[in-house]
Amino acid sequence: MRRTTENTQADDAAAAAGDPSARRGHTLSRALQDWGAALRRRFRAGELGSLPVVLVLATVWIVFQSLNGNFLSPRNLSNLSVDIVGTGLIAVGIVFVLLLGELDLSVGSISGLAAAVFAVLNVHHGAPEWLALILAVLAGTAAGAVQGYSCAKTRVPAFVLTLAGLLTWNGLMLAVLGTSGTVNLDENGLVADLTNYYFTHDAVAYCLAALCAGAVFTISYLDRRRRTAADMPHRSLRHIALRAGAIAVVAFVSAYLLNRFQGLPLALLIFLVVVAGLDILLRHTHYGRQVYALGGGVEAARRASLNVTGIRTAVLAASGTMAAIGGLFLASRITSVSQTSGSGVLLLNAIAAAVIGGTSLFGGRGTTWSAVLGMLVIQSISSGMAITDTPTAVQLVITGGVLFAAVVIDALSRRSQEAHGRA
Amino acid sequence: MPAPPLLALRGVCKRFGAVEVLKDVDLEIHAGQVVALLGDNGAGKSTLVKVISGVAPAERGVIEWEGRAVHIRRPHDARDLGIATVYQDLALCLNLDVVGNLFLGREIRRYGFLDEMAMESRTIDLLGRLTRAVPELRAPVVSLSSGQRQTVAIARSLLGDPRVLLLDEPTAALGFEQTTEVLDLVDTLRDRGMGVLLISHNLGDVKALADRAAVLRLGRNNGFFNVNTASQEQIIASVTGATENVPRRGTSYEARW
Ligand SMILES: Nc1ncnc2c1ncn2[C@@H]1O[C@H](COP(=O)(O)OP(=O)(O)OP(=O)(O)O)[C@@H](O)[C@H]1O
Ligand SMILES: [Mg+2]
Repeated sequence: MRRTTENTQADDAAAAAGDPSARRGHTLSRALQDWGAALRRRFRAGELGSLPVVLVLATVWIVFQSLNGNFLSPRNLSNLSVDIVGTGLIAVGIVFVLLLGELDLSVGSISGLAAAVFAVLNVHHGAPEWLALILAVLAGTAAGAVQGYSCAKTRVPAFVLTLAGLLTWNGLMLAVLGTSGTVNLDENGLVADLTNYYFTHDAVAYCLAALCAGAVFTISYLDRRRRTAADMPHRSLRHIALRAGAIAVVAFVSAYLLNRFQGLPLALLIFLVVVAGLDILLRHTHYGRQVYALGGGVEAARRASLNVTGIRTAVLAASGTMAAIGGLFLASRITSVSQTSGSGVLLLNAIAAAVIGGTSLFGGRGTTWSAVLGMLVIQSISSGMAITDTPTAVQLVITGGVLFAAVVIDALSRRSQEAHGRA
Repeated sequence: MPAPPLLALRGVCKRFGAVEVLKDVDLEIHAGQVVALLGDNGAGKSTLVKVISGVAPAERGVIEWEGRAVHIRRPHDARDLGIATVYQDLALCLNLDVVGNLFLGREIRRYGFLDEMAMESRTIDLLGRLTRAVPELRAPVVSLSSGQRQTVAIARSLLGDPRVLLLDEPTAALGFEQTTEVLDLVDTLRDRGMGVLLISHNLGDVKALADRAAVLRLGRNNGFFNVNTASQEQIIASVTGATENVPRRGTSYEARW
């Protein structure tokens, strides 16, 4: 079983033989074969990752496009990409909590509270927007940290404590809003710009697409060079190029479509930067490693001298922070804050998005990208239903069905992993 | 005056709720020695290991490190002293891969990020010392067999170059060849001056490897033996309780040791 990394140096030697044109076709088919083999291995081991959700998303898009030709129009896709951001940011926080194997029910209320804090400070008390914004986000962080600390100290499951939080923060929000009812935000202000602003120049989207594919390629290439120098198992150049190429295709097609409408939305850019940054934090730093470890076994983490209380507090604080930021984006979308901000299906959608995107309910498995993919599925269904004039009842049933399927896949892949281990 | 033991326990008591699991337990581990800890199921061996490793700190009693009284209240304290542990239940994070488990809590960093390559190459070194069939390094530990998991747990304990190693039934799930390799490794470590506490139900292994044996019975010391001179029957009688020779502290202790 030793050194069964998907690719080794031998591949390159094999690819180097033969004439150039035949080699190219050969290279591609070999790469696809490698990929297929890796996929089969992961399938057996119960690590499907984001494959199921990508398939669901493709299905949803194909179905709605065939029902209504406007579904995949630049205009609709551009709106979709802005609509996913508010709830998507909240779902990123949910991913953190799910990684611990816990659930945070207070994110909806916290998002409403943050929006209310911002609106009242800025509109009623005349505080500058940047200050109100920072205080609103910090309110979310503080609310989350309080919950996290008490959860770690009392060892009550987080979903119960955050249920108390849901009520408390909602009450606090009503108190902050006072008698004002609905507060309208400045239409040309900073927060309104969060979802209003588009980079109209075509070059911005294309440059960022190139930058992103280039960065992925460079980082994997440098890693490969370091590993070759140390004679360690490494990915083949082909694998790296194929991966960077796939990312480049997705990025450039998106950039092209967005540029056909109004350009790259600022909201989408912020969302993707946050998701990518937090993904790096979770998977490539020792802070993130501790979160995964705690999700994989509290006792094991404790015996490895990890600070369990600190990690729990930090994770729920992160979730509160993301909820507050998401709440500001949601307020920005409608440029107003009211007593119903943060209520309704928001909480359920955020949790559903994280789970549909492939983050496990059992803790320890998932990435922040599942928030993006899951939100795309949920928002595509709702936008497609709106375009095709389907009643809300059907929309809820279909979203519920997708969530059900996601949970079943999660449970099955966990079972298959355990069976794999016992064999 | 002879050098003080690397690690010494004097009159250690531990209770879980109303149950007193360890009563006035004494134990000494010298550098360059393997001490076997014997006892029936439920005698309190694993609890004693958890006391030393800071997972379940003692209520009463003194723990001395090189003759100096120390407080071990958290796993962190034990690790800082140089005590490494292989727990009976292994205490691995099932969702992390082999490399992640080995380095949990002391990851190698490069520019602030995890240096996966350095950790991977250290892992290959460490596992290579224990087994010829190194498991897939990037698979989550949940997909490994129990023997492979045990190998990972042992490799993990060797990572920080500890001075005292606590092994709670380290070979229980291992095959014949792997067991030999682990026992050979313990032998090498002893020669390098490490102090080892080995819990095992296999008297053959204990006879072959250990220098001394301490017997626990119902949470109390029930005899100390020099493995080279004591007979197997004597040790078994002490484990099963046929001979109740509870040593009074301080008096006949050294003689029996
Ligand atoms: N967390 C706990 N809470 C309550 N009682 C416990 C706990 N851990 C252990 N015990 C009790 O302490 C006693 C000693 O357990 P311990 O695990 O130390 O035995 P052991 O000698 O390691 O046995 P074995 O050979 O089966 O591993 C048992 O009676 C057990 O029921
Ligand atoms: Mg035990």
